[in-house]
This record gives sequence, structure tokens and C-alpha cells, in this order.
Amino acid sequence: MPAMALTRDEVRHIAQLARLRLTADEEARYRVQLSAILDYAARLREVDTSSIPPTASVLPFDAPLRQDVARTSNAAPQLMANAPEAAEGMFRVPPVFE
Amino acid sequence: MTDLSSLSLLEATTRLRSGAVRSLDLTRACLDRIQRYDAAVCSFLYVAPDQALDQARRADRVLARWRIDHGFPLPPLTGIPMAVKDVLCLEGMPATAGSRILEGFYPPYTATSVQRLIEAGAIVLGKTNTDEFAMGSSTENSSYGVTHNPWDLRRVPGGSSGGSAAAVAAGMCYAALGSDTGGSIRQPAAFCGLTGLKTSYGRVSRYGLIAYGSSLDTVGGFARSAADLLPVFQAIAGHDPLDSTSLRSPVPAVEWENQGLRGVRVGVPREYFIDGMQPAVERAVRQAVDVLRSLGASIHEIRLPHTDLALPVYYLIAPAEASANLARYDGVRFGPRRSGEGLLDQYLETRGALFGPEVKRRIMLGTYALSAGYYDAYYGQAQKVRTLIKQDFDDAFRQVDLIACPVTPTTAFGIGQHGDDPLSMYLEDVFTLPANLAGVPGIAFPVGFDEDGLPIGMQLNAPSLGEAALFHAAGAYQTVTAWHKERPVL
Repeated sequence: MPAMALTRDEVRHIAQLARLRLTADEEARYRVQLSAILDYAARLREVDTSSIPPTASVLPFDAPLRQDVARTSNAAPQLMANAPEAAEGMFRVPPVFE
Repeated sequence: MTDLSSLSLLEATTRLRSGAVRSLDLTRACLDRIQRYDAAVCSFLYVAPDQALDQARRADRVLARWRIDHGFPLPPLTGIPMAVKDVLCLEGMPATAGSRILEGFYPPYTATSVQRLIEAGAIVLGKTNTDEFAMGSSTENSSYGVTHNPWDLRRVPGGSSGGSAAAVAAGMCYAALGSDTGGSIRQPAAFCGLTGLKTSYGRVSRYGLIAYGSSLDTVGGFARSAADLLPVFQAIAGHDPLDSTSLRSPVPAVEWENQGLRGVRVGVPREYFIDGMQPAVERAVRQAVDVLRSLGASIHEIRLPHTDLALPVYYLIAPAEASANLARYDGVRFGPRRSGEGLLDQYLETRGALFGPEVKRRIMLGTYALSAGYYDAYYGQAQKVRTLIKQDFDDAFRQVDLIACPVTPTTAFGIGQHGDDPLSMYLEDVFTLPANLAGVPGIAFPVGFDEDGLPIGMQLNAPSLGEAALFHAAGAYQTVTAWHKERPVL
């Protein structure tokens, strides 16, 4: 196991945050693989970036704003056509509150 | 009669215009190749023969009209059969991104790049295979089967745009669109002996591109030569009000008449010739640099000192962005659903069951890099080192006009060779990731073959929006070499 080893509980926590149900086998495998990748990534910590600003976008300028004008877009029935479950023109999901 | 599939895109265009061949003939020839060989190559996920034949008949009517009246508008790609990577939406065809979580999804709109291709007259044959959500370097991560390299069916075509690359290499279409987030056009172009363009960040609209890493994603394409690829690039490039990251820069023309490279300064970065590289790749790339010199370019050794940090930076930033982009696949509005006890359980079941292993790996990696307590150490630090990588390119482009380097350390590897070792697969991308992090364009093109007869690619990079210089240099190289004319035997 590399220096950056994740625990099984950490893997479960990440999977829960990411909304992924993992099997026990997946938990074990991702623990090893993610630990190895994070261990590799740890070399970034050795770089002195105290005076370096972060790069979030490489666009040479800020995106200009367009006029806020209404335009036609997809009709609701087209968008609903892909729904796994729909009722009365709405997406149907299991109850959130009991 | 010549085999129509062996024509270049420009030869096909010339014959269409003269009336020597019809779009219907070209389209049938491509569909015939798909029918005959795609069971073995597995490059297409969806083929629309009837739609394609209808489009071809329409193109033939436009061409017939134009032959009578040259004032009649004739879009540049009229009648040319092409393919589109299945991460780009096209209304009327399913869009899967190679994932079961989008099985059966029919997008209600068309990507701007695809729309522009259609407006330029191209015939869209269908959608090509991809690593799931474009995450991979081999097209082995597709949920719908592995694409095989037409040069050796036991090997990968590269990825993630491996389906598009294999389809062009196999003569199933004359050009194809792909996307490049970390090398997903250039690497398969190199593995399949094609010319492939990664465009500058912001050059081509991403409206309708299924998002992976939004600060890195670009749309580009493949063809058999730079001259063939240019009209495709010109068709798809340019500002789009539907993409707030698309640049308002005019689409450049390329002066093919001036074939020399006199006055062009080409930098060769020392960091791109590493231990463990396949000797045949280094040899072919260095010989190609000599060809550029013989065309009049001056060659300079340069440094891109932070190159070895591109891989850890990329594999934190891209998964972080992916973890946010892929949050939308929750089984509520589109795609299949796995039921659970309540809404949260339904999310967990749907995403756990329908995302493939590499996608889950990257979502978790990105979630971790963005999570409370780790953000500064991982994502924040990666963004700062990204600045250093971008500065490397800024510094280099003050000394040289173009950077010449290998695309990959090796030629196409075997299917299954990287097994279940993600890190070893990621290392395939070392020479392509930096351009995405810096946002600069890159063109890959064939410069030789190794001892097993597999194509070797070279990459040229230019400053942002420097695509014309890339086409000019690659085109000049291809006027004095013939590697790009070799075709695999299926």
C-alpha cells in the first residue's frame, strides 16, 4: 500500500458523496487504485506555488455577456420524451418525505 | 473502377464536382465497408443508412444544379460521408457517450459542430465508439464493445475517439469528428496513421458536446491528410452564441501555395524524449524534424520544464470537473433508471449500476480532490501547477513558432495490455496532456512505421488560435512525404 493509502471508510465516504453504490469488491479495488493514483499525484506538493495564481480557465478574456433576449428552445414534450418515468408532464421520482 | 474508399476527401470532392462520381456512390461504398468490416473493427455504435442515402441524394441534386450554374451555392463538404463521435448530439440519432447510463437517450437538439458539418454539406453516416464519457486512451472503456485498430486488429486504436479514428483508417468514411480533453484525438490519430486536430480551447463550439472536463474539452477531427482535414476544421470553427466559452475569432484560411517553411522556427522540447520510449518512435520523430528543416524551418532545442507534472495535474483537474459534470446522470430526467428505496437510494443504485469502472474511478478521484479538507492540497495545488505548465508554453512561444514532439511514447498497444492498472494507462497520455492544460492547438500526423508495421505520429503545437500554422506545416510535410497515403489492409 502506498503512502497515501485511503481507508475503506474513506472510500465508502467518497462513494456516498459521489452517489455511487459500490460492491464490497469494488470498494477493495478502488481503495488500492485510488491510493496509487493519489500517491502519484502527491509529487505536486513538492512544487513551490506560494507566488503562483491558480488557472481555472485558459480563455484569454472573460466571456462577454450577451443581451438577455428571449428565444425559442426545446418544447417540454421533446424534453420529457427521454424521461424514465413521467406523469402529467412531470418527472416522477420516489417520495423524498414520508 | 477505383476503390472509392481509397480516395482522399479532396479527391472525392473533385470527382463529385466534375460528376465523375455521385455522393450516392461514395455513401454506398462507405456503408458497404461498414457492413463488411465493422463486425471486426467495431468502430460504429450507430449507423443510419437510410438517412445517409437520403442526404446523399439531396447532395447529388445540389451538385447537379451547381454543374449547370456555378453561381448556385455549393457548401465545401457537399456529398462527403463522415462520422461523428458519440459524445456529440445529433437530433434523430441516439447519443450514448459509450455509457449504459445514456442507453436509449435521443438528444432533443444537435451539437453546433455537427450542425455546421451538415450545413457544410457532409453526409453523417452515424455515431462512433468512444471510451465511456471520453475517459480513456484505448476505447476499451466503452460499455458497447472494444474498437480494434485497422492496422492490427489485436491492438487498440487509441482513445477516447478510437471509433472515429478506426472508421477513417478503415475507409468507412472520409473524415470524422472527435473530442480531445487530454489527447483523445491526437493519440488515436497517431495509432491509426491519420491526421488529427485538437483545436484551441474555445475555437469550436461545445454546445451539444457531452461534457467531461469543461476547462479542457475541445472538439476537432480526423482525416487522412492535413489538406483533407482543413475544410472540416473550417466548417466547425468559429464563434457560437450558444457556448459562452467560444471565442470571437475569425476562421483562418491557409495558404497552401507557399509550401516551404522558410522563416518558421520549430522548437523541439528536450522533456519529450524520455527513457522507456520506443526507439522507432524517437527515430521517426527526429527524422520528421529533419524534413521540416529541409523545408526551410529552423530547429531549436527548447525546454518545457514542468512537462512531467502535467499528468498528476490533469488526473486531478479532469476528474474533479468530471465529478461535477456527471452529477446530472441520476436516472430522473433521461436514461435508464434502477429503482431503490426512496430517491437517494435510486441515485446510488442507478449510478452504481450504470457507470462503468473507469468513470466511477474518476468520479471518486474528483470527488475526493474537491472534498472538504482536501481541496487546497489537491485541486487547488493542481490549478497552480497548471499555471506553471501554461507558462512553459508561453515562454517557449516567445522563442519559436511551433513545437514538434512525439504524440505517444509507443505505437498502438495490445488490447487488454494495461489490464486493471489505471495508472499505467494514464501514462500513455504524457505527451498530449500539456496542450490541453495550456489550451493550445495540436495536430498529429503520420511520420513512419515501426518494425511491426504500426503507424508512428508526430505532434506540432502552436500558440492558441494558431491552427493555420499547424495546417501549413503539416501540409508542407505531407507534400514531400507519403506516410499519410499508406492504408491498412483489412
